[in-house]
Amino acid sequence: MLEQLSVFLENHPGRLAHLCRTLGDAGVNMRALMVADTQEFGVVRIICDRPQAGKAALESAGFGVSVAEVVGVEVPDKPGGLADVLEALGEDDVNVEYAYCFIEPGMTGAVDVLKVDDGRASEVLESAGYRVLRPEDLYVPDDDG
Amino acid sequence: MFQPESEAMPREQLEQVQLDRLNALLARVYDRVPLYREKFDDAGVRPHVETLADLADVPFTVKDDMRANYPYGMFAADRRDIVRVHASSGTTGQITVVGYTERDIHNWADLMARTLACAGANADDIVQVAYGYGLFTGGLGVHYGSERLGCLTIPISGGNTRRQVQVLSDFDVTVLACTPSYSLLVAETAEEMGIDPRSLPLRIGVFGAEPWSENMRVQIEERLGIRAIDIYGLSEVLGPGVASECVEQCGLHVNEDHFLIEILDPQTLRPVPDGQPGEVVFTTLTKEGIPVIRYRTRDISRIIPGQCACGRTLRRIERITGRTDDMIIVRGVNVFPSQIEQVLTGIAGVAPHYQVVLGKRGSMDTVEVHVEVAPDLAFDEVRELEALQRTVRGEIASALAVSIDVKLVEPRSIERSEGKARRVVDLRDTEGA
Ligand SMILES: [Zn+2]
Repeated sequence: MLEQLSVFLENHPGRLAHLCRTLGDAGVNMRALMVADTQEFGVVRIICDRPQAGKAALESAGFGVSVAEVVGVEVPDKPGGLADVLEALGEDDVNVEYAYCFIEPGMTGAVDVLKVDDGRASEVLESAGYRVLRPEDLYVPDDDG
Repeated sequence: MFQPESEAMPREQLEQVQLDRLNALLARVYDRVPLYREKFDDAGVRPHVETLADLADVPFTVKDDMRANYPYGMFAADRRDIVRVHASSGTTGQITVVGYTERDIHNWADLMARTLACAGANADDIVQVAYGYGLFTGGLGVHYGSERLGCLTIPISGGNTRRQVQVLSDFDVTVLACTPSYSLLVAETAEEMGIDPRSLPLRIGVFGAEPWSENMRVQIEERLGIRAIDIYGLSEVLGPGVASECVEQCGLHVNEDHFLIEILDPQTLRPVPDGQPGEVVFTTLTKEGIPVIRYRTRDISRIIPGQCACGRTLRRIERITGRTDDMIIVRGVNVFPSQIEQVLTGIAGVAPHYQVVLGKRGSMDTVEVHVEVAPDLAFDEVRELEALQRTVRGEIASALAVSIDVKLVEPRSIERSEGKARRVVDLRDTEGA
């Protein structure tokens, strides 16, 4: 499982920039960022190299932030790649709440991030032959625990 | 019950007692206190009423009257009959003084014995009085009541929390009387000292002198392993002993044989129906030293309709939910924003920080309540947050009895000055109709 930062943001000009600057100043490098929003507010989801340091920096800047456990899976770079992943989960009745992708240098395919409400997801994907990412695949190991 | 003949008196008989005492009081203050004689004469009111409802024509007393007549101007008894004074310092720094005759002190002890018995205490209890002793009414008020009930009474007064914990533990204290916030400090200090407060014989907390929430009660009861009882009083009326919760913990019984209570619309100053919130107004029926007639407390509460399971016939008020200074009027309805805080403390996912923004749409008042999401962000999906928004909107609207909109805002984003948030922003005049 990977740790994803979820941040509540009001839809004000400059808020997202402020969030990114806060992480940047703390030396936290983002791998992926996805915004789900309504007219009034949004939730920003972030995969980064030092999630706990990122959380601490955002909290001290006054952001509302939580850490969610998500599954990161390497998806072959070909048409229908993601569909195959989702079908594999669907066959085992694992429900996906939301999903987004990013490219991680050094990997052959894209990384798909899945929020699932089912602990079996990693297992299901691995037995279907997918590579599920471990924290050490993304995180800087130094001061994060 | 400490005085069942009074506390469970049939209502009709109680109202007769109130009427007789009220007329004796009106005659006495008219005779003895120049301020009241002047007020009554100016209003063309005789110091006599035919029914309790006629009290509505009698002029009010406010805190400024007491300040203006500092220190002895409102005393209704001879100076030589006054045996004690207490005083309260207002936020302006100017103090108000109240005086008690020997009989006042005697009645007060009875009322506080009632209060402690109402909380579930009896002569076997050991009571630690951690309210301040001195000009403040809290310490001595509880002290005399505790002795009157026959409890072993420890006059430790406030402060020195480690010693409080030591005494609590060494003396097998069963009842703690202090402010609710101090009780949490006691719990915290006990834990720091390696004493589990839940393991102590302590079983009852008698808490007052500051507003507190139901949420805080749950916290106190869990951490200390006690029943936490809310008591209410103010020095201008008596001190503690005006109203107190019983073990049912659903409202504070007002000692109506000594204090006539009215709940008034703060705008019109007319009575509101039972169950509706309004300003609490007291007339002291038995006090000799410094009686007050229709004293406006500026506290907001409501009468809880119906009978209490404990058997007392004394009516109950809800815990104090706010101050009249906070009241706003929306579409003709009186709204007390402090009620919002009570609602928010009961909803997971939001912080009890809010701001009410009043505006206009056409000629209609609009109310938008900004509510901070909890800093640890319990929900990270938009649909969950939207559901949270609907819950908050529904619960606030039903508590205030007006429809409102809710906007979820970021943690700590509502402006605070000196730790207190600015609760109401009124844009109705600036926006135009
Ligand atoms: Zn009761």
